[in-house]
Amino acid sequence: MAVVRDEQVSVRSEDEVVRVRQFAREWAISLGFGLVDQTKIVTAASELARNTVIYGGGGTVRFQALNDGPRRGLRLTFEDTGPGIADLQLALKDGYSTGTGLGLGLSGAKRLMSEFEIHSTPGQGTRVAVTRWK
Amino acid sequence: MERIPILKMGRYLLVTIQVDMHDRLAMALQDDLMEQIRRHHAEGVLIDISALDLVDSFIGRMLGNIAAMARILDADTVVTGMRPAVAITLVELGLSLTGVRTALNVERGMELLDTAREERETGDGRRQG
Repeated sequence: MAVVRDEQVSVRSEDEVVRVRQFAREWAISLGFGLVDQTKIVTAASELARNTVIYGGGGTVRFQALNDGPRRGLRLTFEDTGPGIADLQLALKDGYSTGTGLGLGLSGAKRLMSEFEIHSTPGQGTRVAVTRWK
Repeated sequence: MERIPILKMGRYLLVTIQVDMHDRLAMALQDDLMEQIRRHHAEGVLIDISALDLVDSFIGRMLGNIAAMARILDADTVVTGMRPAVAITLVELGLSLTGVRTALNVERGMELLDTAREERETGDGRRQG
């Protein structure tokens, strides 16, 4: 699998969440994703970027265009150095939230993308990587 | 601070969301709408989202909250113009917008508000009992 394009931006505020959405839209369009896929990617990006800001205290988002044989994909990696998630299974459950949200951020983003990976170490931070293949 | 304009049209309030909303703006809209319903004794709220290319869980929750709060203030709410790609994504995300009335466009949304009014005024509305 080859990474053909790679870019990292910060996400530390609500305004930057909006910017991440716009970035995700531009990347999805440039990789030729259709309208429904674009919308899913942008929505997942919005959920995860908000989590990074609210729960992780801010962090970064990495955009990567992938080539895997004939497949083309977009991978977004959200990373923060916040408090981490103690119980990942619980955090991935629909409707579970330690904040004031609906608890759909992680589970929803997982459903909207083709691949979902999460690593979290309490006290050190969280990394969520999602990929959508065309 | 930036605000989303709320227009008064007869007995109804009309909001057209045309910007990519950050979360504070969405919360401000919720508060502003409640204040305007009270001030104008509005009987209905129409929120057109045809310009929105995404509704995530935060915006979805805001729409649900507006409908619930407006109901308590005796006003009906209808959300119009949701794009098909947005609807598909919302359901996959896990949000079904329970309790939020929707219509394809503003014109149909207005009809829906009128119908809800008439039902209430003739006394066989769903609010009875």
